[in-house]
Formats: sequence, C-alpha cells, structure tokens
Amino acid sequence: MSNIDSKIPKGPLAEKWSRHKEAIRVVSPANKRKLDIIVVGTGLAGASAAASLGELGYNVKAFCYQDSPRRAHSIAAQGGINAAKNYQNDNDSVYRLFYDTIKGGDYRAREANTYRLAEVSPNIIDQCVAQGVPFAREYGGTLANRSFGGVLVSRTFYARGQTGQQLLLGAYSALNRQIDAGSVEMYARHEMLDVVLVGGKAHGIVARDLTNGEIKRFGAHAVVLATGGYGNVFFLSTNAMGCNGSAAWQAYKRGAYFSNPCYVQIHPTCIPVHGSQQSKLTLMSESLRNDGRVWAPKKKEDAERLRKGEISPIDIKDEDRDFYLERRYPSYGNLVPRDVASRAAKERCDAGFGVNAEGKAVFLDFKYAIERLGRETIEKRYGNLFQMYEKITDVNPYENPMQIFPAIHYAMGGIWVDYNLMTSIPGLYAIGEANFSDHGANRLGASALMQGLADGYFILPYTIGDYLAGEIMVPRIETNTPEFEEAEKNVTSRLEKLYNIKGGQPVDYFHKKLGHIMWEYVGMSRNEEGLKKAIEEIAELKKEFWSNVRIPGEMNNINPELEKAGRLADFIDIGDLMARDALNRNESCGGHFREESVTEDGEAKRNDEIGCYASAWEFQGEDKEPVMHREELVFENVKLTQRSYK
Amino acid sequence: MADKILKKIYVKVWRQNNPSDKGRFETYEVENVSQGSSFLEMIDILNDQLIREGKDPIAFDHDCREGICGMCSMYINGHAHGPDSEITTCQLHMRKFEDGETITVEPWRAGAFPVIKDLIVDRTAFDKIQQAGGYVSVNTGGVPDGNTIPIAQVDAEEAMDAAACIGCGACVATCKNSSAMLFVAAKVSQFAKLPQGKVEAKRRAKAMVAKMDELGFGGCTNTGACELACPKNISISHIARLNREYLKAKFSD
Ligand SMILES: Cc1cc2nc3c(=O)[nH]c(=O)nc-3n(C[C@H](O)[C@H](O)[C@H](O)COP(=O)(O)OP(=O)(O)OC[C@H]3O[C@@H](n4cnc5c(N)ncnc54)[C@H](O)[C@@H]3O)c2cc1C
Ligand code: SF4
Ligand code: FES
Repeated sequence: MSNIDSKIPKGPLAEKWSRHKEAIRVVSPANKRKLDIIVVGTGLAGASAAASLGELGYNVKAFCYQDSPRRAHSIAAQGGINAAKNYQNDNDSVYRLFYDTIKGGDYRAREANTYRLAEVSPNIIDQCVAQGVPFAREYGGTLANRSFGGVLVSRTFYARGQTGQQLLLGAYSALNRQIDAGSVEMYARHEMLDVVLVGGKAHGIVARDLTNGEIKRFGAHAVVLATGGYGNVFFLSTNAMGCNGSAAWQAYKRGAYFSNPCYVQIHPTCIPVHGSQQSKLTLMSESLRNDGRVWAPKKKEDAERLRKGEISPIDIKDEDRDFYLERRYPSYGNLVPRDVASRAAKERCDAGFGVNAEGKAVFLDFKYAIERLGRETIEKRYGNLFQMYEKITDVNPYENPMQIFPAIHYAMGGIWVDYNLMTSIPGLYAIGEANFSDHGANRLGASALMQGLADGYFILPYTIGDYLAGEIMVPRIETNTPEFEEAEKNVTSRLEKLYNIKGGQPVDYFHKKLGHIMWEYVGMSRNEEGLKKAIEEIAELKKEFWSNVRIPGEMNNINPELEKAGRLADFIDIGDLMARDALNRNESCGGHFREESVTEDGEAKRNDEIGCYASAWEFQGEDKEPVMHREELVFENVKLTQRSYK
Repeated sequence: MADKILKKIYVKVWRQNNPSDKGRFETYEVENVSQGSSFLEMIDILNDQLIREGKDPIAFDHDCREGICGMCSMYINGHAHGPDSEITTCQLHMRKFEDGETITVEPWRAGAFPVIKDLIVDRTAFDKIQQAGGYVSVNTGGVPDGNTIPIAQVDAEEAMDAAACIGCGACVATCKNSSAMLFVAAKVSQFAKLPQGKVEAKRRAKAMVAKMDELGFGGCTNTGACELACPKNISISHIARLNREYLKAKFSD
C-alpha cells in the first residue's frame, strides 16, 4: 500500500479548501522579511507565484533560462483559459467545471484538487482584468467567452489567439512591479542544475549562469519549481526549444516522487512534419475544429496520387472523401476530444490513407464553412491562424484544405505533490505544468493556463505559509556548507564529464534518436512488447550518448550545446521512466492508450479495478530500478463512467 | 507542396566570441537546404556541420520558434527578422532565398543591446523599462469582479493591438537612432486605452520614458522604420499616443 500522504483535508468537497485555509498557519509580516523563497521558472505559474510572494513580503529570488521572464513557454498558448464565471447564464458553475475536468481527466485526478481549481478559477479572471489583460469583449463592454474542446457551456476567456501571451505579460508586469520594489530579485539566463537538501529539507539550488558558465549557489527557506513540462523528450513537439524536464528530474534524484510520467497529451491539429530538417512542430488552435471538417480520401489510389503530388485535394469529389470523425462519432463529430481525434488520424494514416509525401497527414477543410458562412467570416474568426499556416507551408488554406497531424503538446505527469503543492521533499514545492497536475490522464483544453495561475496566485501563497511558519527560527541559509559543496561538485563534475566525452555526434543526433523511439513505442498508442523494446533501446542510446556525444565551445562561455547535452541526458532518463510507467499502467486512459485495453469497437477502455491510482515513482540510485508507489484515488462525489463520444 | 532544395548557399555571419572580442564576419557554405525549412533550421544544419568539423557553432537566441516569444533576433540581408513582412526570424522560410545566394546575418546593433556572443545580444534594458512602470499596481486578490470594469470592444481591440508587442527589439535595431519609442509606446498605449491603471498613467509615462533615456536608447525622429520592421505590426500611431500621454503628464507637473 501507498506510504504517501496526499494531505487532503476532511469534510465536504465544497468546503475543503476554505476549511483548510482557516486551519493552516500564517506568517507574521515581520517574520516574512526574514524568509527567503526561490522560485525556479517564470512562466504563468512561476511569475504569478513570485509576484504574489513578493507582495506578501517574502524575499524572493526568481530564475529562468531565457533572457527575460516574458519569454517563458506559457507565452505560446493560443486558445484560452477556463473559468466558472457563468457570465453567459448557460448554467455553468464551479461544480460543472469540476465535473467536466475530472471526467475529461478520465478519473485519474484528485477530486479535492480539481474542485479547488474550479473554485478559484473565477478569481483568476478578475485578477488578470485588474492587471490590464485585454481580454476579448462584447459590444456592451462585458467579457466575451467562447466554447472549447467539447464542453457544453461557454466558459473560455481569450485574448485573440494570444491568450497565453497576454496572461503571461500580466503576470510578468506584476513580477516587474516587485522587482522594482526590491522584493524579487530576478536571475534571467540562469539554469537550475540541482536542488540542495539540508537535513532532508530543500534549502537552495545550484544554478549555472548561462552567459559565462559560472556555477552559483543560492540558499532559501523553501524552493518552488515552476519549470514547465517535459514534452520535448519527443524531440519534435509543440513546446519551445528550451523546454526541459531537468529541474524536475534533479528533484526526483534528490527524493521527490515523479508521478504519472506516461501521461502526455497529444494535440490533433498540428502542422505535419515535412522532410528531415524540422526542429519543432507548430500547433494550429483547437478552435479551428469548430468550423473545419476533417477528412482523408476514401480510396487508397487517391491517397497515393496525393502523396506523389499528381493530384490536388480539390480534385477529390465529396463522395470520395471520408469524413471519418463524423462517420465514427456522429454526436461529437469533428469536436471529439484531443486524444480521440489524434488516434483516429493516426489510424487512417497507418491504414494507408495519409495525404502528404510522408503519408502522415489528413485534411482539415474550410471549404464547407466558407460556402456556408462566407470567406469574410472565416477570415475574421481564424485569419491569423490561416496566415501562420500559409507562412509555414506556402499553401493558401482558403483555397486548399490544411494538412494536419497530431503532435506531442503537454505533459500531464510531473513531480508528485500533496494538496499543499509540496513534493515529497519538505520545503520543495512544484506548481504549474511541472507538477503532476490536477488533471490526470486527459486534460481538456484551456485548463493548463488555469492551473498555472491558480497555483501561483491563489494556492501556493497560502500553503507555503503553513510550512514557513515552522521555519521562522531558521536563520538565513548559508551556502558555504558541505551540502552546497557536494551539490556544486555534483553539477560541475557532470558538466565536465559531458564536455570531456569529445565523441563524434552532436547532441541533436541523439535527441532525434530518442524522439524516434519515444514516438514509435511510447507515443499515441502503446503495447507491452513495444514498451519493453523502448526500455531496451533507451538503455542502448544512453550508453551511446555518454560515450559519443561531442560538445564544442568553451565551458565558461555561452554554450548552447552544453546546455542541450545536460537536458538531453535527463530526457533519456525521463523517457525510460515514461516507458516503465506506461508498461505498468495496463489500461487505456485518455492520453495513455494501451492496445491491450480496448472496447470491442476499438475505443479506449479504462480499468478502474487496477487503475484508480496515481503512480509515484521513487528514485533508487543511478542504474537501479525505480520503485513505484501508488496513491489510491478515492471518488466520493462523482460516479465513474466510461467516456463515449459516439 | 513539394519543397525545392537549395543546392548551395553561402552564409556570411557575424562571429564574436564574447562582449570584449572585436568580432568579424565568417562565410560558410551550406548544402541541400529544403526551401520548406525555416531560417533557424538552416542555422541548425550549419551548426551541425560546424560541430562535426570541430568548430564552434553559431550562438543565437531562439525558443518558441513560432513567432511569439520574441527571443529570435537576427539582422538578415539588412532587414531585422529578414526580408519578409510581419514575421519573426523563426517564421522566415528558406523559400525567400535563392540557390547560390550569399546571406548576411548580423546581431541586433544598438548601444543599449551589447553583444554577448555571435548573434546573441543583451536586451535586459527592455525589462528595466517595464520595471520602471509598465504595470498596473494591483496586489493578488482583493480585486473587483471582471465585469465591473466594462470596456468598449473597440478599446479592448486597440489595447490588444498594442499589447501584441513581443519585446523582440527589431524596432530598436532598425532605427537609425536606436530609439525604443515603439516598444515603450506599445505598453503605454495598451494601458492608456483601458480604465485600469489610469490612476498612475502620468507616473507611468514619465518613468518609462526617463528610464529609456537613461539606458542609452536614442530619441525618436519619426522615421517610421520601426513600424516597417515590427513583426507584430505595431503602429507608430501608438508613438503619437505616448507623446500625448507624456505631455499631459509633463504639463500637470
Ligand atoms: C502551442 C501551445 C498552445 C497552448 N495553448 C493552451 C491554451 O490555449 N490553453 C491552455 O490552458 N493551455 C495551453 N497550452 C499549455 C500551457 O501553455 C502550458 O501548460 C503552461 O503555459 C505551462 O506554464 P508553466 O508556468 O507551468 O511553465 P512554462 O511556461 O513552461 O515556464 C517554465 C519556466 O521555467 C523555466 N525553467 C525551466 N527549466 C529551468 C531550469 N532548469 N532553470 C531555470 N529555469 C527553468 C523557464 O525559463 C520558464 O520560465 C499550450 C501549450 C502550447 C505549447
Ligand atoms: S514594437 Fe514591434 S519590433 Fe519593437 S519590440 Fe515590440 S514587437 Fe518587436
Ligand atoms: S523563437 Fe520565439 S519569436 Fe522566434
């Protein structure tokens, strides 16, 4: 049985959070000044947390690897953010948002956390409006909403197709205000490379100044990781190039549990891979599926001729087009959830109906919407996305259907945290995409932004106080202790080891290989044989990497190849844990599709008997098998049902 | 959309090992680049080649590679973000270039943006300008319901037009005076169109302009080059609004 304590408060679901807040301790203003907090990461989660903690009076040190906190990956989110405001009077409520989220998560998230997320969501919108975030408005001046991702109410707030950007700029401005006020010290272009534990508690970090290679020590009474997701394990993903799992992985190696690593979300509407020179994939917003129809050719000959470029999609008559989502899921049609749409596209391509040169694309066609609504309406709704598509592909999507294919998008697994967002290491917290989140297996759209800001603005600032109230007698953390010494040595020797391999292949060569293994065996669908193969191949790749990578340049200068090498070394290990976790979870569960666990008509089949848990992996040492603990998930307020979109 | 292959191109690129190094151009040959590749992917190919030859790859800033983070920053053939309009370098594709062409690549050049290495420059001056007042002073919590601050749709849209600035610095790099006016104007304008933060509007305009001057950005002489180089189409009409806000603040002193 599990030896992990999620610290979920007792009492009725709707009262847990308010009762908990009443019960936990607060730190007096005079004592806050004596307490230091490190926040690693300044995306939505980290920037909102650092700003809020600074306002409260703590001394905050914030870190990011980019040149400015404004460039965190959160900036790229397009579609929107959910909140249970019920501004549209369509019967939305905290309970309904909670219910949709827990169901969308295939019942693999904690009830209490998910409810709290829904409960604080309205405050997020108010906060952002007050900061001057230019959300879309109705003519009367009130906030506008749109519907998103197969939900039946309109609860998504947005700022054009740039919602993440505007929310982040809001949090960045709050952070700037604190930097100006002196309560937050910002360390941009600094990469955290280790967590330092003193007496079992998190007491600081070791970071590398990326401009000159200097290794630095920072002490604090608590450390918060807001370092985002690990989707770049796959090499090609919609994530920014620098997104990494290294901070989470170092925490894991220091004793923090890693939860549900096999849960990664795949987004169905990305611009397909072309050729072999590509470095990343571009997402096309999910909102496109509100008006676009997805199809592949009915006849294999047509698909083949398309691949060879002999015919164009507009040559294919309507009756020869297979609108496979509408065919298979008559009630949801093109609006089925992301995992369903993604697998259906792969199924068509695997069966030989793919339409680009690689055979890995299907069409998203606006012809019908343009006929129905006119080009102008479509231009108004999706103009910027169409322009982006044309810039990348050189194809005009008003005249030709877009080509799309699924891609890795978001990490639902991450560092295990309790109800207070504390990891299994006292004083170490994880927020935003870096934690294993409140969502479980199949996150719905527009809820990652919500989670990042909920954690940073409204949850962590309270819960961390409870811990710090017990630390007020601890003097400012000295960094000249043996623990910091050891951590710095650990970091330096690893960098030197990598640098001195002086092998024959650049880092990207290995990253592409890893991505290939992951996509093939730990991608959209997984089976036992493939996962075992993945574990073997990853082990081989690891050996090859550590003996044959070549890192040019100097250690003590800007050295992107050295940065990438460190991250890749961790991605290789994360990939291994993902495969193990996937192997262990013998059920299909939203984002994780096990071929052994399907219904008669080939849909995902959850197995609540074996599967109603969150995994929590514990590090046992380099090259030792990790141990999995189970956090049993208890559902007192919702009834578990199989998802169906037929 | 079969992509053509560029059999050979020449990349003439600024190499500077550190801030105190003098720097020089080096020219490299790159073979077989698909026209469907982005400009940064072409640099990836070149870097792969340099690493294999035992040379130091070209350092450049980039992250999202989809035109939104504002990190990529290259001066290509005399244009900030290269020879195409309304895009960032990461959105520039090789179909804009021809077989055999020599492409010249330089870092953003502006006194307030010192070179760190090769094409990477230090743009922290932009953060410092924002820290001087580019925010609305509200604490977390204790704010009114969002709908108690109604905003006309046109105003919200105009604020959004201004807020779309990605902080890339192309405006500064393009301006012959290295002025940061377009960047500052975008932020001031965003808040000028919204009721929030009106209370501190005067302080904001003055503080941000003062900071910009202090950090060594030049003055604006209305040449309009910034607007043409801006990947997000930020209009110089925002500069006019900044000037109005600034004058209002001055006169009320
Ligand atoms: C293209 C795209 C579109 C999306 N659209 C939506 C949407 O419409 N709605 C929605 O809800 N979600 C969306 N998402 C998901 C959402 O954007 C992310 O899950 C969320 O922004 C993550 O925020 P974060 O603060 O946890 O992490 P991030 O924004 O990834 O921030 C991570 C931070 O950690 C720092 N960091 C990382 N490692 C280190 C280290 N070792 N040392 C120092 N600093 C480090 C980085 O510098 C950065 O500041 C989208 C994602 C993508 C890719
Ligand atoms: S105004 Fe335009 S060019 Fe200047 S920083 Fe903003 S986006 Fe870049
Ligand atoms: S890399 Fe983000 S804008 Fe170009």
